[in-house]
Amino acid sequence: MIDSHLPAIIALTFLLFSVLIPLFGLWKEKLCHPLAVLGAGIAAAYSIYGFITYLDTGAIRYFFGGWEAPIGIEFVYDGLSAFFAMVINTVAFIVLIYALKPARTELEGKEMPYYSIIMLMMFGFNGMVMTGDLFNLYVFLEIASLTGYALIAIGSKPAPYAAFRYLIIGTAGGTLYLLGVGFLYTVTGTLNIIDMTAMLPMVAENTAVVASLILMVIGIGVKAAIFPMHGWLPDSYTYTATPTSVLIAPIGTKVAAYILFRVFLYLFGIELVDAVVPLSYLLGLFACAGILYGSIMAIAQNEMKRMLAYSSISQIGYIIMGLSLANPWGFAGALLHVLNHAVMKACLFMIAGNIRMQEGHSDISRFDDGYRKKYPWTMASLSVAAISMIGLPPLAGFFSKWYLALGTVDNENWLFLAVILISSLLNAVYFFRMLEKVYMKDPNKPDEKTLEVAEYNEVSGSMLSPTILLAISMFVIGLANVAIVSVLLGIAPF
Amino acid sequence: MIEFFTGHYAYWFTVILLCVGTYGILFKKNLIKKTIGLSILQISVVMFFVSIASKWDATVPVRDTAFPVEDVANYLNPLPHTLMLTAIVVGVATLGVAFTLLVAIYNRYDTLDEQELLEKIQ
Repeated sequence: MIDSHLPAIIALTFLLFSVLIPLFGLWKEKLCHPLAVLGAGIAAAYSIYGFITYLDTGAIRYFFGGWEAPIGIEFVYDGLSAFFAMVINTVAFIVLIYALKPARTELEGKEMPYYSIIMLMMFGFNGMVMTGDLFNLYVFLEIASLTGYALIAIGSKPAPYAAFRYLIIGTAGGTLYLLGVGFLYTVTGTLNIIDMTAMLPMVAENTAVVASLILMVIGIGVKAAIFPMHGWLPDSYTYTATPTSVLIAPIGTKVAAYILFRVFLYLFGIELVDAVVPLSYLLGLFACAGILYGSIMAIAQNEMKRMLAYSSISQIGYIIMGLSLANPWGFAGALLHVLNHAVMKACLFMIAGNIRMQEGHSDISRFDDGYRKKYPWTMASLSVAAISMIGLPPLAGFFSKWYLALGTVDNENWLFLAVILISSLLNAVYFFRMLEKVYMKDPNKPDEKTLEVAEYNEVSGSMLSPTILLAISMFVIGLANVAIVSVLLGIAPF
Repeated sequence: MIEFFTGHYAYWFTVILLCVGTYGILFKKNLIKKTIGLSILQISVVMFFVSIASKWDATVPVRDTAFPVEDVANYLNPLPHTLMLTAIVVGVATLGVAFTLLVAIYNRYDTLDEQELLEKIQ
């Protein structure tokens, strides 16, 4: 009974809790955080269960109100949806546990609306991942975006301006996506993705189809921060409050990447995408430019949150590159990188948040070797996450790059392979810079006493345990990569 | 050639609106004017959806003996118009959030001019 209702339950749990939190929060504000964790926990448990159920029984199509698609509205819960839903809900659950302390200190008195908006944003993300209808996708996209603007605007002094710039460019992107959907609707007469997939080959010669594909890629590319459309991202991630950056950085751009996967590989199919212009190769070139640009800009940053934001631009490039390869290895590598990057980026932003909590800043130039005595666990997690980002085995980050490299070799695409290798070196530059400050003795200050005077000053358990949990899960994902990839190859549309 | 312009005048109208909106977003320095440009951009897409579904001499899609059901020219497809109700609501919500952010920006920086804002943030 529950199995057939799974997609609706996962999404509507968040909607329910976004209403419950204000109701209980007005009565007792302390209840907001446990309720948010509870809501995310239920959704995470259901989506993990749902992914296992999917592997057993196959895709679920959930028709709202019993009206069958194409007339009615449906949620499609297939492999890609199930995987993305599992990743984003599990990460959101862990992040919400972490959010207790930073939200209480940074957002004094605003907790009730804050958690409610977070639940609404997760509802939007889950809806985007599971909906089977292009217009509903737009509506869920706007729900997630509007709540995202609101969340980003809460933070340090320039945060509203960063959020406003994101709003202008993000809404313009959403509008272009809608225009693309309009083009597709005029030529096929349907909005249902499964229905449209069947119809598109019949109208493939129509120029409106190519135009709509380009409009959709531009519109969603803004949300995914693909290279030339990334301008909103660094400011937004830097100026916002810690819990928001920890939540949005691993999830937001991934869901937009999901839409690109859905549109490229499932809705159009790679032959149709490349029929007129080699669009997937062009997208791959943009991804390469983004990888290099993000890495180089990250080296130039002094602020840890800002550096991680630029690193996000680079990492989303790997995912888009895997998509553009359009072969099973690239697909598996990209999806594995979705999981890895969600875990790694959440962990790194948590570490930045921990340092901010205790020191009041996260300026890399002010890191010193006393940190390893003050924050032993946070710094251990930093080492693990940094090494994983660079891509050394047996940590998770290595394997997604490995499968992406296999994909480029499969396509004989040596340029992309070179970009993967170069960017790994660049990653090493900006992550080892931090590790060097923490673990090496500073040769310029021979009488440095920071290590002697430093005292154990680690953050509280509610912030530390999610950080360590994510650091450990990088080992687990890395060691279990063969099992994960064999599952991912099973859901590839090739 | 003339046919190409007069036959698609509804589309030309939406294209012009789209360009006006994009111009406003890209080149206007005042943030309120940027928001207006955004609104025009959204409205242009709404206009596009409305124009693709319009038909002359057609009626509501309720079966009537006066209009034979085989002749699709008799019936209007209400779906694009209905979708646009939702899109308009989304647009209104976006404007609401945008103006809220503008109020917050003005309270913090006492200006809505982009150049001055960037100087004050630096």
